Amino acid sequence: MSLKRYILKRIVQAIPMLIIISVLCFTLIQLAPYNAVDAMVTPRMSQATVDLIKAKYGLDKPAYIQYFYWLGGIVHGQFGYSIITHQSISSELVARIPATIVVALPAYICSVILAIIFGLIAGAHKDKWQDKIIDGLCSVGIAIPSFWLAMILIFIFGYKLMLLPILGMHTIGNESSNVDFLKHFIMPFTVLTLAFVPDQTRYVRSSTIGQLSRDYVMLQDAFGASRFEILFKHVLKNVVLPIITKMGIALPMLVTGAVITETVFGWPGVGPYFLTAIKGLDYPVIMAILLLSSSLVILGNLLSDILYCLTDPRIKGMR
Amino acid sequence: MKNRRIENVKREIRYNKVSLFAIIFLLIISLTSIFAFLLPYKPDATDIGNMLQAPNLSHLFGTDELGRDYLTRTLYGGRISLIIGLLAMFISTFIGVFIGTISGYTGGKLDNVLMRMVDIIYSIPWLILVTVISIFLKPGFEAIIIVIGFFTWMEVARLVRAETLSVKEREYVLYAVATGESSTRIILKHIIPSVFPTIIVAATTGIANAIMTESALSFLGLGVQQPMSSWGSLLQNAQGNLQSAPYMAILPGIFIVLTVFSFNKVGDVLRVFVEPQSSSDKE
Repeated sequence: MSLKRYILKRIVQAIPMLIIISVLCFTLIQLAPYNAVDAMVTPRMSQATVDLIKAKYGLDKPAYIQYFYWLGGIVHGQFGYSIITHQSISSELVARIPATIVVALPAYICSVILAIIFGLIAGAHKDKWQDKIIDGLCSVGIAIPSFWLAMILIFIFGYKLMLLPILGMHTIGNESSNVDFLKHFIMPFTVLTLAFVPDQTRYVRSSTIGQLSRDYVMLQDAFGASRFEILFKHVLKNVVLPIITKMGIALPMLVTGAVITETVFGWPGVGPYFLTAIKGLDYPVIMAILLLSSSLVILGNLLSDILYCLTDPRIKGMR
Repeated sequence: MKNRRIENVKREIRYNKVSLFAIIFLLIISLTSIFAFLLPYKPDATDIGNMLQAPNLSHLFGTDELGRDYLTRTLYGGRISLIIGLLAMFISTFIGVFIGTISGYTGGKLDNVLMRMVDIIYSIPWLILVTVISIFLKPGFEAIIIVIGFFTWMEVARLVRAETLSVKEREYVLYAVATGESSTRIILKHIIPSVFPTIIVAATTGIANAIMTESALSFLGLGVQQPMSSWGSLLQNAQGNLQSAPYMAILPGIFIVLTVFSFNKVGDVLRVFVEPQSSSDKE
């Protein structure tokens, strides 16, 4: 039963973090030169109407009461309205988050698979040519800005070879075509995958090296198990398990993991929405995304700790 | 007797040609950005007759949409990128060391509060955090240094705190405490010198990360503003001319990749100096 208690303890620890983050976001909105009233009021409205709107949304109350109104709205999925477009932020996010997930999730999964393959190869051949090539490519990969890679791909496949469309998710008037979608999908997907791979490969490589120096590997070796058998039967399991539990940490990425790539390719996800808001000083939108992504980080860490705990029997014993 | 650590580094460089390349490249890029004023062109001298020229003999890397010599602009851009990288690294390292040593040395409640603070700042995705902070400042050269410097110190703080925790149990520190030295003096005279190697390694990779962040922010239009340009803002500009002038995207990009790569490599070499263990197990 100690496992349940541990999970409960972690959940209780996450709550104050979420509250502090929400207070932080609310304070930033208050500090901003505009507020939610400006979003709803037009210059032609009379003072009485303005006061009525203020009263309706509770904006005539002191800040701490407004905070609870704001928090209550968020709990019910209501993030307020954009200052610039006067559109509901929630409905905009509901439309955009799936677009981000569609490209970020497959890219992340693909990069994990590639990282496991390359990381195992490099780790198993430490300091041999395979390792030098893979590790060298990772060092270069880490140094490549994703937007630059995106530009190079756009130039080669979009302008030179004219094979792939360079903007958006669909060709206008062709929204239901899967082939058309795939053509738009392939470049952002490649850029994101390549952006994720180097770090993860290094992680797999170093944990493989760590595992190979363990006693159980020596024991298997002594019993005459082949290198292949050791690597794929035993080491793989111990390397992959922490990676799967780490996937919780990737949770916020489903919302804000592709901001730069989405912007370069004009992908209709959260990224361009966020950047437009930043450039137009659209505070409610900015804070909604800030709050959403930070909460997902905290929830992701929580999820990953719980998964780790469930999958690793040693931790169960310790708590 | 030869210094073992220096011997390790020498061997690492002799062994690993890539590290040597990284050091030479960083030397060249630093020299060219210092002596960029010796170039025949001025970075903002426009030449309407020679707009968007592909690389040729008089303009080795072509000209941009206002006829400015692109090689000159890239080298001046490098100067800005490197200065931002260095200054942001100094600020973040300073804050990180300050918070880390105080947190680790004092322990108790203060440690708890400071580390919670690090957790909270850490839980905001970096790109979101940095862009949100940047809207509260007037965009430009100083703003970007402040944004990167003040919001990337958490990693350093955690590293330094962990080291401080172990250093403060060593005899010479305990002895200093027993002789009644003040905490400030102990931190300055004993703790910081002991964790200094770790700080240097973290700072080197810190420059690489700062240059990377700066280029991303400037590319998004949130970093340095015209007429000043960095590698990131040159790339932002190049995006608009990608079809007609692809060379404008290639040159600053390659400079970013090589610079970031080199700083990371130099960080690895310094790690050999700091942790002799990591090189000796290669034998």
